[in-house]
Amino acid sequence: MSIAAQTLRPNAALDLGAMSLREVNAALKAESEGVFDVLNPGGAHAVACGLNAPVEVHVRGHAGYYAAGMNRLASVTIHGNAGTGVAENMMSGLVRVTGDASQSAGATAHGGMLVIGGDASARCGISMKGVEIVVGGSVGHMSAFMAQAGALAVLGDAGEALGDSLYEARLYVRGAVASLGADCIEKEMRDEHRAQLADMLARAGMDADPSAFRRYGSARKLYNFKIDNAY
Amino acid sequence: MTEQPRIPRTVPRKSATFDDATLAEIRRAAATGIYDIRGGGAKRKLPHFDDLLFLGASMSRYPLEGYREACSTEVVLGDRHAKNPITLRTPITIAGMSFGSLSAQAKEALGRGATLAGTSTTTGDGGMTAEERGHSKTLVYQYLPSRYGMNPEDLRKADAIEVVVGQGAKPGGGGMLLGQKINDRVAQMRTLPKGVDQRSACRHPDWTGPDDLEIKILELREITDWRVPIYIKVGASRPYYDVALSVKAGADVVVLDGMQGGTAATQDVFIEHVGIPTIAAIRPAVQALKDLGMHRKVQLIVSGGVRSGADAAKALALGADAVSIGTAALVALGDNDPRWEADYQALGTTAGAYDDWHEGRDPAGVTTQDPALAARLDPVAGGRRLANYLNVMTLELQTIARACGKSDVRNLEPQDLCALTIEAAAMAGVPLAGTDWTPGR
Repeated sequence: MSIAAQTLRPNAALDLGAMSLREVNAALKAESEGVFDVLNPGGAHAVACGLNAPVEVHVRGHAGYYAAGMNRLASVTIHGNAGTGVAENMMSGLVRVTGDASQSAGATAHGGMLVIGGDASARCGISMKGVEIVVGGSVGHMSAFMAQAGALAVLGDAGEALGDSLYEARLYVRGAVASLGADCIEKEMRDEHRAQLADMLARAGMDADPSAFRRYGSARKLYNFKIDNAY
Repeated sequence: MTEQPRIPRTVPRKSATFDDATLAEIRRAAATGIYDIRGGGAKRKLPHFDDLLFLGASMSRYPLEGYREACSTEVVLGDRHAKNPITLRTPITIAGMSFGSLSAQAKEALGRGATLAGTSTTTGDGGMTAEERGHSKTLVYQYLPSRYGMNPEDLRKADAIEVVVGQGAKPGGGGMLLGQKINDRVAQMRTLPKGVDQRSACRHPDWTGPDDLEIKILELREITDWRVPIYIKVGASRPYYDVALSVKAGADVVVLDGMQGGTAATQDVFIEHVGIPTIAAIRPAVQALKDLGMHRKVQLIVSGGVRSGADAAKALALGADAVSIGTAALVALGDNDPRWEADYQALGTTAGAYDDWHEGRDPAGVTTQDPALAARLDPVAGGRRLANYLNVMTLELQTIARACGKSDVRNLEPQDLCALTIEAAAMAGVPLAGTDWTPGR
C-alpha cells in the first residue's frame, strides 16, 4: 500500500536521517490525527512507540527493537522488517510489518491487531493478553508462551514448544507444529473458531481458508498446584 | 524382690541437623507432595545490620547537637537523565508490593503513610490501582516480567518506573499468587482466569541481558517523554556485576534487595537458600558505582530486612543513598499484630510467625482479598501508623548521624562503623570492633 500524497500534511515526512528519535516520536505524539511518513529509520529502536491517538504512521524501512511499542489507537505500518518486541504491550490499533519480525513480536499486548507479512521469530505472542496476531509466514520456538488471552493465527509453521504454559489464548496454525509446549493441546475447531479466524484473516488482509487451520489451547492442567493427601 | 540398680541412660537428644522444623517439613512434604510456599523473607539467622555498630564522635570526631543542629534527610533520586527527578523528605521509601498480594486497603494505607512522611511508595506485580495512585504523592510503578496490568496510561501516571529484574527473596524466580487470592478484580487486572495459581515469569518477555535492557529503557523514556527516573531492581546475588550492568543499561537508580527482603509468596527453599545477605551486598554495589564514577550520580536504594533508623543509617554509611522497607511497613499497618492472636491460633500459627500470606486468610486484613478480613484494616489509621513509624525511623537516623558528626545523613561513611563478628566485618568491609582488622581487605 502506498500513501496517497494528497493525504500528507506539509510536515508529514519525518526524516530520521535528519531528526533525532526524540524529535520524531515527540512530533508523532503531538498529533491527534493525520498520516505521517517516517523516513530513513535505518533500524532505529523505539520508533513510533507510545502513540496515543488515531494517527496513521508509515515507517519506510527496517525498524529496530520495540517499534510501535505500547501502541494505542494508532495504525503503524513498517515497510520492512521489525526488530525485537514490535508492538509490545499494544493496547489497541493496528501494527503491520510487511517483512519479517524478530523475537517477542506482540509480547504482552492487550489489544489491537498485529499483522506480520513474513515470518516471526521466537516467542511471538509471548504473554499476550488480548491482542490478535496474524503471521503470514512461520513463527519460532516458544511462541505464545504463557499467553493469557487473545488469538494467534499462523499461516505457516510453528516452532518447538508452541503455547507452553498457555492460559486462555487461542492459537490457530495452518502448517506443521514442531512440538507443543507444556499444557498445550490440540482442540476441536468448531464453527465459532472458524468464524473468529475468518474475521481475523479478513481484517489482516490474508487470503487463507480457515478450515485449513488447526486450533491449539490450554489443557488447564497447570492452573493449580496438585496437592496429595497421603497422611 | 531386690531392686536392680538403674543403668544410667542418655537423655532424649534432638539432632541439630534434624531439628523440629526440619522434621516437620519432611513430614509435610511427604504428606502433600508440594514444596512449602510462604511469604516474608529469610527466617534463618544471618549476618545483618545488628552485627554492626556506630563509632560515635569523641576526641577525634565532632558530634552535632541532637535537637538543635540541622541534619538533612532529603534525598534526590533519578537526576541522571529524567526531567523530573524525585525529591523525598526522608531516604526511607516503601518497597514494591502488589495489589493482589495485598488488599486494596493495605495499598491505600501504604500510599497515605508514605505521603504523610514525605516519601514514595511502589506498585507491584499486579498493576496500579486507583486507590494507590490517588493516595500516593510519589508513586513508583514497577515494570515486571509478567507485565500484569501494564498499560501506557498508568506508566505515564507514574513518578518513576522500576524495572524489576529480581528480588532479594528469590533472585532468579518469578512471583506467585495462589488461586485463593485471585478474585474477580485481581483476575481482571491481571487478565487471568479467576482462581488459578498464578506463577509469574522469571524473565522479561522482550529483552534478555543489559544490552537489550538499554534499548527497553530507551523505549520507556520515549513513551514517558524522558520525564521520570528509571530504576532497576536486582536481587542480591552478584551485586558488583549486577549494579555495573544496571548502570550500563541506563538506570537512574539501582534498587538492591538482600535475601532478608520479603515476598508475598514463593518456595521456602528459594527464600532460605538463594541470594546473599543485605550487608554483604552493599559494599560491592557501591564499589561498582565508584569504579564507574557513578556513586551518588546513580543512586543506590538498599532493601532487605531494614527495620529501624539504625538499620537505615548503617545502609547509608555503607554507601546507599536510600533504603526501602516492605515487611516492616506491613507490620506498622498491623500485620502479625497480637490483637488477632485468637485468629492466628485458629490458623495453626501465632502472631509474629504468620507467613502463609499466599492463602489469603490474613486476620489483620493486610495480605488478603477476603472482603471481610480486608475491612479490618482502616486505611486512614493504617496510613497514620505507617507515617508515625517512618517519622520515628527518620528521627533515629538523624540521631545516629548527629552522633557521628554529620549534618546530612548521606555523609555517614564506612569509617563510622565497626563489626561485632568476623563475618559481618568481612561482608560489610569494616573493622572488627576494637581492632583495625577488616577481614579480606
